Amino acid sequence: MIDLIEQAQLLPAFFLTIQLALWSAAFALILGTVIAILRLAPVGVLNALGASYVTLVRNTPLTLIVVACSLVLWGQLGIEPASRRLPDGSGNPDFISSLNFRLGVIGLSIYHAAFVCEAIRSGVNTIPLGQAEAARSIGLTFPQSLREVILPQAFRGAITPLGNVLIALVKNTTVVAAIGVFETAYRMRWIAEFRPADLMPGFALVALGFVILTLPLGLLVSHLSQRLAVKR
Amino acid sequence: MSSTSFRVAALAAATALVLSACGGDDDTGAPAGDGGSDSTSDAGAGAGDGEGITIGIKYDQPGLGLMEGSEPSGMDVDVAKAVAEKLGYSEDQITWAESVSAQRETLLETGQVDMIFATYSITDARKEKVQFAGPYFVAGQDLLVAEDSDITGPDDLDGRLLCSVTGSTSAENVKEDVPGVQLQEYASYSECMEQLAGGTIEALTTDDTILAGFAAQDQYAGQFKVVGNPFSEELYGVGLPKESEDCEAINDAINELWEDGSMEQIVEDNLGAAGYTPNADLNPPEAGGHCG
Repeated sequence: MIDLIEQAQLLPAFFLTIQLALWSAAFALILGTVIAILRLAPVGVLNALGASYVTLVRNTPLTLIVVACSLVLWGQLGIEPASRRLPDGSGNPDFISSLNFRLGVIGLSIYHAAFVCEAIRSGVNTIPLGQAEAARSIGLTFPQSLREVILPQAFRGAITPLGNVLIALVKNTTVVAAIGVFETAYRMRWIAEFRPADLMPGFALVALGFVILTLPLGLLVSHLSQRLAVKR
Repeated sequence: MSSTSFRVAALAAATALVLSACGGDDDTGAPAGDGGSDSTSDAGAGAGDGEGITIGIKYDQPGLGLMEGSEPSGMDVDVAKAVAEKLGYSEDQITWAESVSAQRETLLETGQVDMIFATYSITDARKEKVQFAGPYFVAGQDLLVAEDSDITGPDDLDGRLLCSVTGSTSAENVKEDVPGVQLQEYASYSECMEQLAGGTIEALTTDDTILAGFAAQDQYAGQFKVVGNPFSEELYGVGLPKESEDCEAINDAINELWEDGSMEQIVEDNLGAAGYTPNADLNPPEAGGHCG
């Protein structure tokens, strides 16, 4: 068992999974918040923009988005979010792996931003309408009322759905194996190819690893959602 | 009250499972009839329901195993048909099943397929779980590059962008042989071909048969060439469950196919369009020695 973990490099793979999840979660939170603001803004065009982003991205399979990041963003448009050369001018030996990692983060962030946006909107819905009206009546502008009144309460009310998105994101990181990021699902394929006799134990180990990652997350989320909920 | 509704739900779920399992099996039983001939009585044993035979192939490899509609084509398919015929199965007794690389051992062990012809390289690790008849063909790992490329072999790859499939033997080989190569891995060869056609990636590596199959596709005609400098030996075997007793019979069938020239014809029919010829030093291989 130990030598399987070592040979299949499951620990570095899980470390990469965690890195993918953290970066994607950060970017998805930022992008998702921006889109949620678009959807809340008192401007019709911005509403439509936000709504179409969510509708379009939420209904597109993640695999398609991730593969498109590699084939279209990099392959067709030539956008390379990694450098082929090191600062000293020699070839970057990690070019492909950092390129794929970053393309994967882009794909995951784009996809989950749609869900983050909807989670935050659900948080906004927990705020009584009177709060927004009160903010406006004391003369706060839209950005001010968002910053001071709406968003702080919305995030606290949205902890549970945001946590759900985060847990889904941790598991969805496996999809980026499709573009060759060396994370857990990639190592599973390695086990299937080179240690076929250990496919089932390998599968169990990976499943266990994900339980170890997501179970505490779930507990933390329900704890936080109770502690931080706005008492009304 | 709630426990009753739970029981009803559980029953419904169980029924659905049982029904879907039945549905799967019915397909394989369909062409049964009175077909099976004398030599096949033991051959069908693995199939569970007698007369037909289920053969696992790739569905997505042009020139080797490709499913278009319900018509399979390719070298592996033609070899499978010829071997099945020698075992006494007619073509309409064969049920085709998809066997993707990662699931081949599982499909054999669980009896979902009776034999596998799917660019299945004979390796010691795999022999722990399944047995192999053959080899029926020896391929080698090679490179596919643009027609005007200056890459002539693995030594030219240092610092270049190369493509292969995640977790494949080819990918691991090339990582060991040429540490300086930039290896992009995708879930399937189609993505590699896309990037190769777009010029983003300079070479694609895997077995030369697979490369020839892709290069021979109409939409890529004249764009690519197989370098022709193979740097590994892949023995393609027929995957069989450990308990199968057909292994030696399949070996004989394969040797006959090479002797009467039909094997060369099969290779020519399927991969000839890319100018591919089998490596003469290694083919025909001597089938046998990997049973049990």
